[in-house]
Amino acid sequence: MPRLTFICHDGASHEVQGEVGRSVMNAAIDNLVPGIDADCGGECACATCHVYVDEAWLDKVGTPDEAEDAMLDLNPERAPNSRLSCQIPVTDALDGFRARVPEFQM
Amino acid sequence: MAAVSEKFDYDQDYIGAEFDYPRYSKDNLEPYVDPYELPLDELNPASPSLFFRNLHWRHFKRLREEAPLHYTAQSMHGPYWSVTRYRDVKAIDMDHKTFSSYPAITVAEPDGDLPLPMFIAMDQPQHGPQRRAVSPVVGPRNLAALEPIIRERAGAILDGLPVGETFNWVDKVSIEQTTQMLATLFDFPFEDRYKLTRWSDVTTGSPESGVVESREARRLELIECREYFDRLWQQRIGNTEGNDLISLLANDPVTQDMPPDQFLGNLVLLIVGGNDTTRNSLSASVVALNQFPQQFDKLRANSGLVGNMVSEVIRWQTPLSHMRRRALRDVEMHGKTIREGDKVIMWYVSGNRDSEVFENPDDFDIERGNARSHVSFGFGIHRCMGNRVGEMQLRIVWEEFLKRFRNVEIVGDVERVYSDFVHGYKTLPVRLHAR
Repeated sequence: MPRLTFICHDGASHEVQGEVGRSVMNAAIDNLVPGIDADCGGECACATCHVYVDEAWLDKVGTPDEAEDAMLDLNPERAPNSRLSCQIPVTDALDGFRARVPEFQM
Repeated sequence: MAAVSEKFDYDQDYIGAEFDYPRYSKDNLEPYVDPYELPLDELNPASPSLFFRNLHWRHFKRLREEAPLHYTAQSMHGPYWSVTRYRDVKAIDMDHKTFSSYPAITVAEPDGDLPLPMFIAMDQPQHGPQRRAVSPVVGPRNLAALEPIIRERAGAILDGLPVGETFNWVDKVSIEQTTQMLATLFDFPFEDRYKLTRWSDVTTGSPESGVVESREARRLELIECREYFDRLWQQRIGNTEGNDLISLLANDPVTQDMPPDQFLGNLVLLIVGGNDTTRNSLSASVVALNQFPQQFDKLRANSGLVGNMVSEVIRWQTPLSHMRRRALRDVEMHGKTIREGDKVIMWYVSGNRDSEVFENPDDFDIERGNARSHVSFGFGIHRCMGNRVGEMQLRIVWEEFLKRFRNVEIVGDVERVYSDFVHGYKTLPVRLHAR
């Protein structure tokens, strides 16, 4: 199973196992990674699973679709590497994936 | 602004529309009939009289069970569809390309003489840039700075309460807390802050609710609001360092040249958004803790439950009972057809009591596992902008409350707001018990 690392706002690093076919958000929630709320349950409807994807992994996770782009746009602290983790499917190619969790979800 | 659909002229067809329906008011309530005794098609939940008496719950229960998509042909707001199940509410909320927010987000039609255009009642592409102009004030960076201010203010408000005497929690805590917060977000003259409370009530009020004497009186007060803010605006042009809502609006290229009606519209959106919602959740927490005393015991035993209690209060109360949309095309749902141009009401207050999603939904359970899934903030691009500031105020007030008091006991009659939109309390007579 791919290993995913979340770096939280306080600097703590959480390495979890992702399940292929589910989302990066699911892996974070299942493993109680702090700072990810996912209020809508993974439907790209609340933008509370926002992460900053490590530059090295941007190519592998692709770009947000129109719906995700609109939701990310709600956040005044959106950055070029911002993604909603519910919209990133876990694949074997993501083994070693790293992302930073923001201090607050919106 | 141009109408969003070419086939319908929304401005002409709806803004300022009057409908043939008896005029009821707070002093002349609509007669109540048990919803299970009525023919299904006569159910009309968009009635302030129902909410004022807290008698709306069975209407929504029946609609969820028997008619999850329901058409009311005649009401004080004209014909409308009701959507009452959690999943359907969420699906419509997310589908902003099919369901327009223009020209208003409440079941009531805008006043034709003062229509108040505001970004929440706009579609893309206008909505996004206007929202982005003001969202930093409640954005992550500002939140951390606000927390100590909120805590100090909440502590002072609670310390000033008369222990052992009966007082109105709504006035002394809910309104005081949220109005001070709003004054801070606007960098509004602090001694004049009760004007904000008044303008919030006037915006959502009506002659029928007793808040204003007439529609004309409402308009005059709102124009006074615009003039007051216009003076602040003029002072802050060029203040690009200011992180208050007025400075942000006055110096963002998207909003700096807003026409006067749009300026007022966006102001009252921020005033109501920052006022009524948190106010009524603060009051609701007292009501809920009194109705479910075992939950109060749990909270006293473990203040770490405050965070989840806040989400549960927002679910249980649903401070805004609905949001409204307009169909931009024909939509099939539950074997019925919503026609292009039809008004669709997403009843948040019902979605939050859907037993498919929330177990024992009428119970107030501060340890509810999925309390955060509530629909009170909406879902999709119009999701509540100030949700974190609202949650933060509720959390801090209750953390500070628990440090000071053992109980807040309701000791008299609760008076609710006469509105089918603002779902809250006007009077909450309480008495405090010292720790």
